[in-house]
Amino acid sequence: MNGSEMPLLLQLVITFFLVAGAIVALIGSIGLARLKDFYMRLHGPTKASTLGVGCILLASLLYFSYLKGGLSVQEALVTLFLFVTAPVSAHMMAKAALHRKLKCSPRTRKGPPDH
Amino acid sequence: MNRREFWLPRPLFSLFLAVLWLLMVNSFSVAHMLLGLALGVFIPFVTRAFWPEQAKVRYLLPLLRYFVVLMVDIVRSNLVVARRILWYPNQLTPGFVTFPLELDDDFAITILASTISLTPGTVTAHYDSYAGTLLIHALHVTDEDELVRQIKEQYERPLKEIFQ
Repeated sequence: MNGSEMPLLLQLVITFFLVAGAIVALIGSIGLARLKDFYMRLHGPTKASTLGVGCILLASLLYFSYLKGGLSVQEALVTLFLFVTAPVSAHMMAKAALHRKLKCSPRTRKGPPDH
Repeated sequence: MNRREFWLPRPLFSLFLAVLWLLMVNSFSVAHMLLGLALGVFIPFVTRAFWPEQAKVRYLLPLLRYFVVLMVDIVRSNLVVARRILWYPNQLTPGFVTFPLELDDDFAITILASTISLTPGTVTAHYDSYAGTLLIHALHVTDEDELVRQIKEQYERPLKEIFQ
């Protein structure tokens, strides 16, 4: 069985999620390039990894569920682990930045308090 | 400590591990269910000394509802942040906001901090366990009190109901 035997509607849905995920990941990367300071850039990757990868995994789940017949659930696991680990890494990076007292962008309303 | 607490220190964690095993091998045969259950009993038993005090999940249904609300919020705030990054990245006013915690359970605080980091636009940067505050960096903030109120309303209150 290959992809071309898939019903058109399913193909469209899978394509939609793939494209949506790719666009979100692209916007995350644009944010990484355009934002001004470290703390702001931190927001880019956390965003791309939640919704962007979430969409692509959803597409993968639909595709392989159809291809193998039966529910493919490993994608759900990937999502779960991603959602558990992404905040931790963001938190560690933010902590390291605070510790090193990295400069904030001049537009920042209120700087970090001293620790 | 009764017998159940000795042999099965945390039943929910055991169930979670068993389900995790089934998802990982991607097959739902009886053999794998038994193996998963065995792992679910064995791992919490061996690692018992490692875990801090057990969080008490009082209601399971509100916890599920909480995760559904979280999913919707992730999608919605993603769109908001995407628009900000694309259209006016130079007019953003980022800022640090101190969030006074009302929760006192470690696990609940972890979930709240992760929630704040997962919803785009805010990242938890520091947890001050003495003052009981979270330091949040917001990508675009115009009213600090409003942001704190929103997080309290949307996430902290349901978590408080679930865990305390």
